[in-house]
Amino acid sequence: MLEVKNVSKSYDNYLALNNVSLSINQGTIFGLLGPNGAGKTSLIRIINQITMPDSGTILFNGKPLSQSHIKQIGYLPEERGLYKSMKVGEQVLYLARLKGIEKSEAKTKIDFWFKKFGIESWWNKKIEELSKGMAQKIQFIVTVLHEPKLLIFDEPFSGFDPINAEIIKNEILLLKEKGATIIFSTHRMESVEELCDDIALMNKSNLILNGNLSAVKESFKQNIFEVKLKIFEEHKSIEAIHKKIDIIENIFDPIKNINSFKIQLAQGKTANDLLSELSKAGSIILFKELIPSVNDIFIHAVKMDSYAIA
Amino acid sequence: MQLLKIIINREFKARVRNKSFVVMTFMSPLLAVFMLFLITYLSKVNTEEKKEIAVYDPTDKLQEILFDTQKVTYHFLDKASLEQSKDWVVSKKLFGLIYFAENTESKPQITFYTDNSPGPTLVSDIESKVNEYYWRQDLKSQGIDPELFKKKQNGAVIDLQSFSGKKTSKTATYVKMFFGGTSGYLIMMFIVIYGNMVMRSVIEEKTNRIIEIIISSVKPFYLMLGKIIGTSLAGLLQFTIWIVLGFILTQILGAFFTFDEPQTMTSAGSFDLPILIQSIAELPLALMIVSFFLYFIGGYFLYSAIYAAIGASVDNETDTQQFLLPILLPLILGVYVGFVTVFDNPHGSVATLFSIFPLTSPIVMLMRIPFGVPWWQLAASLILLFVSFVVVVWFAGKIYRVGILMYGKKPTYKELYKWLKY
Repeated sequence: MLEVKNVSKSYDNYLALNNVSLSINQGTIFGLLGPNGAGKTSLIRIINQITMPDSGTILFNGKPLSQSHIKQIGYLPEERGLYKSMKVGEQVLYLARLKGIEKSEAKTKIDFWFKKFGIESWWNKKIEELSKGMAQKIQFIVTVLHEPKLLIFDEPFSGFDPINAEIIKNEILLLKEKGATIIFSTHRMESVEELCDDIALMNKSNLILNGNLSAVKESFKQNIFEVKLKIFEEHKSIEAIHKKIDIIENIFDPIKNINSFKIQLAQGKTANDLLSELSKAGSIILFKELIPSVNDIFIHAVKMDSYAIA
Repeated sequence: MQLLKIIINREFKARVRNKSFVVMTFMSPLLAVFMLFLITYLSKVNTEEKKEIAVYDPTDKLQEILFDTQKVTYHFLDKASLEQSKDWVVSKKLFGLIYFAENTESKPQITFYTDNSPGPTLVSDIESKVNEYYWRQDLKSQGIDPELFKKKQNGAVIDLQSFSGKKTSKTATYVKMFFGGTSGYLIMMFIVIYGNMVMRSVIEEKTNRIIEIIISSVKPFYLMLGKIIGTSLAGLLQFTIWIVLGFILTQILGAFFTFDEPQTMTSAGSFDLPILIQSIAELPLALMIVSFFLYFIGGYFLYSAIYAAIGASVDNETDTQQFLLPILLPLILGVYVGFVTVFDNPHGSVATLFSIFPLTSPIVMLMRIPFGVPWWQLAASLILLFVSFVVVVWFAGKIYRVGILMYGKKPTYKELYKWLKY
């Protein structure tokens, strides 16, 4: 769907993007992650053709990005706003027409979305009369109204209360179902876990991580298992386990008489080996491999990257 | 093109629907008329106030010279000394005291004591009356009858006429000055007011952050152009409404106030209503209106592109000051050059130069047009104006494009120069 090839961009003497390449598949949600100032917005602006890359190319459905693609892209910027003294309806209509939709068609679409969100009565209100969350809804409608094939959301949930955030999240999933490709830039890692198929992690103008979310997670797992065990004979058993297994953490609950372990799997051993070892020592209540969260991966990868550069 | 039209449409509506636009369009002609009334009324009240002036004149000559008028009453004192007279005037709170004496050569020596400031007409009136008195005395002492002398004077009047046979007069020159000056000044006002509107609207979009949404749909240059054009249409609409309103108002006022005119005007001096009307009719009105629109468009585009670039490079209006001064300078210079050199010599080299130089030509040329301008100068001025307008819009577009996405720091001229190269 979208292919970014060796894109670099610098402002003055500051390098914003350093030879970034990534590809985004049709019909997926792509999480673009990274700390502040990593270059996400620069990349998004280039995809939106707000700025031009210094070098590199971007292919949209196999063709170099051009003016004609603008209609197929919907962009919700992080820093968002609308004309304060303009009426809601006129404003949405104006922005829709700038995307090339005919007036009558735009009106039908606006009606549809306003009804969907239950805000038909807002047509003649001015933006300055709306709350921040209400204005965000309008902005969301502006982004999706022209039914773009590629949607770019920069921090889409900021400013929404949990209920409205849920509504927006479901809308995003619905758009995906209908075949839209979505680029999703956020700091809220739990929403990344929930929504994204693929992720890319940027740090200091570089792409440091890129791929399918579960594959990335897989590659970051460290063979650590969480185990809850009711040990048969306290003292003997625990010594026996210690000899054979690398216990990272041990928390004992004297009331329930349960030990909670975090165990590092030794080289060359499998989870089954560990399981049989543990079953000798006590009755297993819980056995689970610890998969790193996106949050862990994010922090870990950024730290490693910074360390490598230093 | 379609997008440009949509933008122009929005910008136009945004300006026109603004409350201040409505107020300014309809209130300012009314306000102007009201001010005119107020000034006329106040000056009337002012002159109707009667002044009481005491005269201390040991020679008793002034009694034959100064007589009470509608505005002044003279009290001739017979006090023993000047000091006593002064005290009396102060205690009675009169307007002032005239002390009259003759020196050894029998020439008058007049001192006017007053804490108020007598108007120049009052002083010169007394002077001329005294002078005439002494002039008559002189003639009589030489054995000449002053009345006869006056009759024998030839009243030569210069009849001004152009080679094509058109009669001109001083009044015609004043009319030209008035119309030229007004349109030049008006253009400057329009440029400043509407340029500021463009700038504020750019800043609004930037601080609102709607800019990012818009320029992900259209090129920044189109947005800037649409904004400038839309705003200019609002300006032209306002101007047209003013012309129509002005016409209606003068018609109404004309019907009400004709009776007042002869009196006040004749007292003002060499005024002649038929000549005034003829002078206005003889102005190149069509050329003036056409060139007003042309210079408005050229000048306004030139300046508002700069205003737009300034708006794009700052975050708020307070940061605009340092950039606004260089814009205002040529505009103010244009007005001053116009008022000083054009009225003095409309075809002088300074006036000609400034009426061709694009930053001042909209103002200065409009002031010159009523006096008649060679076609080649008009053409040169317009071509230069429109060429530089294209160049400036192009440069401003570059600064605008970079500036609207820059937040935080206040840019310097050096940075603006860098942006040109992005």
